[in-house]
Amino acid sequence: MRDRMRRKDLYSLLLIGLLIVLYPWIVDGNEYFISVLVFLGINSIVTMGLCLLMGYAGQISLGHAAFFGIGAYFSGILTSQYSFHPVVAFFAGIFFSALVAFLVGKPTLRLKGHYMAVATLGFGEIFFIAFNELITLTGGPSGLSGIPSLSFFGQVLEVTAYLYLVWGFVFLLLIFSLNVINSRVGRALRAVHGGELAANAMGVDAAWYKVQVFVLSAVYASIAGSLYAHFITFISPSSFGLMPSIMFLMMVVIGGAGTIWGALLGTAVLTSLPEYLRGLEEFEVLAYGGILMAVLLFMPQGILEGMQKLLKSMRRTRKKNP
Amino acid sequence: MREEILKAKNLQKSFGGLRAIDSLNFAICRGQIKSVIGPNGAGKTTLFNLITGIFPPSEGILEFNGQILNGLKPHLIAQLGISRTFQNLQLFGNMTVLENVMVGRHSQTSAGLLSTGLRLSRMQKEEKDIKEKALAELTFMGLENRATLEATSLPLGEQKLLEIARALATYPKLLLLDEPAAGLNTRETEKLCHTIRKIQQRGITIILVEHDMSLVMEISDELLVLNYGKKIAEGSPRDIQRDPDVIAAYLGEETGNA
Repeated sequence: MRDRMRRKDLYSLLLIGLLIVLYPWIVDGNEYFISVLVFLGINSIVTMGLCLLMGYAGQISLGHAAFFGIGAYFSGILTSQYSFHPVVAFFAGIFFSALVAFLVGKPTLRLKGHYMAVATLGFGEIFFIAFNELITLTGGPSGLSGIPSLSFFGQVLEVTAYLYLVWGFVFLLLIFSLNVINSRVGRALRAVHGGELAANAMGVDAAWYKVQVFVLSAVYASIAGSLYAHFITFISPSSFGLMPSIMFLMMVVIGGAGTIWGALLGTAVLTSLPEYLRGLEEFEVLAYGGILMAVLLFMPQGILEGMQKLLKSMRRTRKKNP
Repeated sequence: MREEILKAKNLQKSFGGLRAIDSLNFAICRGQIKSVIGPNGAGKTTLFNLITGIFPPSEGILEFNGQILNGLKPHLIAQLGISRTFQNLQLFGNMTVLENVMVGRHSQTSAGLLSTGLRLSRMQKEEKDIKEKALAELTFMGLENRATLEATSLPLGEQKLLEIARALATYPKLLLLDEPAAGLNTRETEKLCHTIRKIQQRGITIILVEHDMSLVMEISDELLVLNYGKKIAEGSPRDIQRDPDVIAAYLGEETGNA
């Protein structure tokens, strides 16, 4: 059973990998379309971590854009103002995000449900204010510009190369996540979700696992933030406030928090949906909201599981009336 | 005298003004089956919760294998070799039957976040071992052909057996069974009785909380009778059945049938 699931994971990985590699040719080198896929990759990194936290360990976070912001500002500030090497700045962001996640997670992860949501909301807000007010460092509300593009042996990475870089990270982190999920640690996380009482009775240190997965998800978000900063070379606090936090959460929920593939599908749908709806002009927001509501009403388990159920029932009816 | 594996000295637990456990002294010898009986609200489940560290005793000492349990968190107590089942089933509904039992191997294994994420070879070997041992416990409980089903899709009787399998997977020295026969029919109860004996033969000490008196009387080496959190009797099933205090407090007029 699990081996079969493993094989399914592998096929999905290969399929997506092939699509990404061929994508620049599919869209005929159109930079705009390629950049949409870059953003999709960046968002995916955040939502994979969030999915481990929410879907597997059952903990909610309404402040994950803050970790995304920490990564982005660390990379942005350290490379543009202090001329650090991007790799150094990247790891500094990861380290700081992990530290913050540890310090925030330790007390808040003891809370449950709505309380946890409110605590992370508050934490996200604190960082949003910090990004706005530390003007000498962050440039304040008007943003931080002049972040250098990444270059490799003196060659500035153009958009296709950046696409491959970002998706390289997506794949590494996806494989890492899948490995964790199908292991002792993944089972411990799901046990915490399924029932803390029983998890503890089986020797699972629920509190410590919650902190670990919170830190891990913060590291993912920070990696995404760094990649984001170097890609658009200009960042401002509005990308790291409450709305983006909710957006990340929606991506996970819409796709289906139960599996990491669901989270990725949700990210793909919500990242590309605005592009499709652009033609509707002022009705865009209305259509967007309508689609979200329809998904949550008719597929409360998320699109992935909803589709699977739909396929299964279609197959069954076809068997009945051939 | 045989070696005592668990000792309670002057154990007390109060919830506000209520004394759920009141100056309780008792001990269990290694390899025994000891049943804790008493009317509803006598403090049986509270006693389990004290032993497994879900809440700390208000006073007194719990000693397991020479180690004081007071103040230890539940997961550490589990790692010392105390495992349990729950009166209200606490299976992981988001996992398969086999995965539930695999969680039971947690305390005996060590792979961490990084080593699992990077799929180090040590971790893969451990993973294989976890699966084999979990399957062995499922087979022991007769659930091997249920392995891939969702845990909560099983009928109640099998869910109860699954909880025991999961507890056994921790390789406990002491196993606490909280009303394992509740909701089972006569045939299932007979099978359970046989299974508990087999667990005892593996050298595992068992504390049983159970309302089914025929099961309790048949299987127990010793009984501990509680009422309002106080011990009113302790001894062999035969002695307990004759004890006037027990008859008055618990078994009532119909003791002859028990």
